[in-house]
Amino acid sequence: MADTKKKTRNGQSEFAMIWKQLKKNKLAMAGLIIFLLELVLAFLAPLYIPYGITEMDPVAQRAAPSAAHWFGTDNLGRDIFSRICYGGKYSLTMGIITILLSNGVGIVIGAVAGYFGGWVDNLIMRICDVFQSMPGMLLNIVLCAVLGSGWFNTILALAIGNVPGSVRMLRASMLKQRGAEYVEACQSINCSTPRIIFSHLLPNSFSPMLVGMSMGMSMMMTMAASLSFIGLGIQPPIPDWGAMLSDARQFIRIAPHMIIFPGIAIAISVLALNLLGDGIRDAADPKLRR
Amino acid sequence: MANQEPVIRIEGLKKYFSTARGLLHAVDDVTFSIEKGKTLGVVGESGCGKSTLGRTIIHLLEKTDGKIWLEGQDISDVKGRELRKAREQMQIIFQDPYSSIDPRKTIEATVREPLVVSRKFKKNEIDDKAQELMELVGIDERLRRSYPHELDGGRRQRVGIARALALNPKFVVCDEPVSALDVSIQAQVLNLLKRLQMDRGLTYMFVTHDMSVVRHISDDICVMYLGQVVEKCPSKELFKNPLHPYTKALLSAIPSTDIDHPFQREILQGELTSPINPKPGCRFAARCKYATEDCQQPQVQEEVSPGHFVRCCRVGEIN
Repeated sequence: MADTKKKTRNGQSEFAMIWKQLKKNKLAMAGLIIFLLELVLAFLAPLYIPYGITEMDPVAQRAAPSAAHWFGTDNLGRDIFSRICYGGKYSLTMGIITILLSNGVGIVIGAVAGYFGGWVDNLIMRICDVFQSMPGMLLNIVLCAVLGSGWFNTILALAIGNVPGSVRMLRASMLKQRGAEYVEACQSINCSTPRIIFSHLLPNSFSPMLVGMSMGMSMMMTMAASLSFIGLGIQPPIPDWGAMLSDARQFIRIAPHMIIFPGIAIAISVLALNLLGDGIRDAADPKLRR
Repeated sequence: MANQEPVIRIEGLKKYFSTARGLLHAVDDVTFSIEKGKTLGVVGESGCGKSTLGRTIIHLLEKTDGKIWLEGQDISDVKGRELRKAREQMQIIFQDPYSSIDPRKTIEATVREPLVVSRKFKKNEIDDKAQELMELVGIDERLRRSYPHELDGGRRQRVGIARALALNPKFVVCDEPVSALDVSIQAQVLNLLKRLQMDRGLTYMFVTHDMSVVRHISDDICVMYLGQVVEKCPSKELFKNPLHPYTKALLSAIPSTDIDHPFQREILQGELTSPINPKPGCRFAARCKYATEDCQQPQVQEEVSPGHFVRCCRVGEIN
């Protein structure tokens, strides 16, 4: 009896509460499960894929889906099913890590800019302007060229290019919260500045960010694809989904399956993450809790 | 008792905001003191600097000039640890209970926060104190885990009061604490504030524009106009014998139910003059029907009768 009372009094941690809410949301849970399943499949791919990723079938080039090649083959006769399963490891991790990295940095910088305002804000925003004055693709190409190709360098290049956008997004919603009276209330009870920013303002200005993050995922995956298309980013023959898409473009009329299957793979991941992102946003907002 | 230090004393307090068009004199040369357990009502129309005054005293805004004493101790320029210590003694209850509580925190978390931040208490002490506070302000036990949006305005304001009282402050600025509430709830919250004042010996500065509220709760009243105190005196005296022309106009706006003294509203002419770079003379002169040449000179605050201060050079002639 005494024990149960103590537990309710101390309450659960914020994360436990969000998780509890999230579990009630069927769509969000579906998104989470699909996404986890994809990750598991992608990482275990070498164990079950029927063909090697560079193994060419000389008699079946651009072959339509069949019992031998479930998703058909590409222009070099490589099995698309095997390549999608194997490439998931690169595409999925690239999308997620890029987004987490860029938004993690963006949150801290944006929070500082939005909270302090004045010259700090001005300085940060002008630096963002410099980055954003270049077309996103061009910036990524430059960064990639400087950093060199490869999985991690691509992530780094994409993340750096994505930081200014997330800084801006967080700063904007932070500015809106900054004027609220509860901030003054926090100051009057001696809350430290980091406490005000991270414990009060951030949870209140984070929702637009979550939506942006789940949408940004798909953008990052296609960006990565574009980079490998022009020879930067991940190098062939490693099959990331975006690269498969761009390779397939020229055969869209004669072998549409080449573009359809990687496209479906990307679409499913994006959908799953969008559902999850929306679910987290709703679960974190006490007004939407049931 | 009479020579005991007042809980709060300010002298020549000024708060200017720099705007694109010049200096905005939000609070200009305000001097007063409040004795322990008393309430000073601050009235005036919107934009006259009432709230700014309160926020400046408790160091939520940085003052431009002037001195502030808390129980005889000069806290005008405290920083760092000293400031934190001073803030524990001075709290504020906000006008809008909807925006003054973090919408993502439970009621309990909001009430506990000052206790947690102060680092003076152990966890179980905080638990006990938080519960005690919620009982004190009359928030039901079952609402502990609720979120602000689930509560009505009156209950939210009680949460704000509990938070303000958590560290046992001596001085509380009430920044229009009831103006956002329904009239039926207003009385409840006012009575709560009065009860807490009696129980805990609190000293209030009660900012409001509602004359009937201020009459109900204040011992002394000061009337502000464009950042300056135009009249300050005991509450009864003000309603019986207002001396400044602005106070008279303000009081005449209270509807009367007395058949022998029918409601005769004195309508002020003109608009509020701009608080940006004001002229040195009486700020009210542009709207005052008694204004003369002399009113263009800077006005000084005079004690016309014991405890009754007026800032008007013609106070003797017009009364």
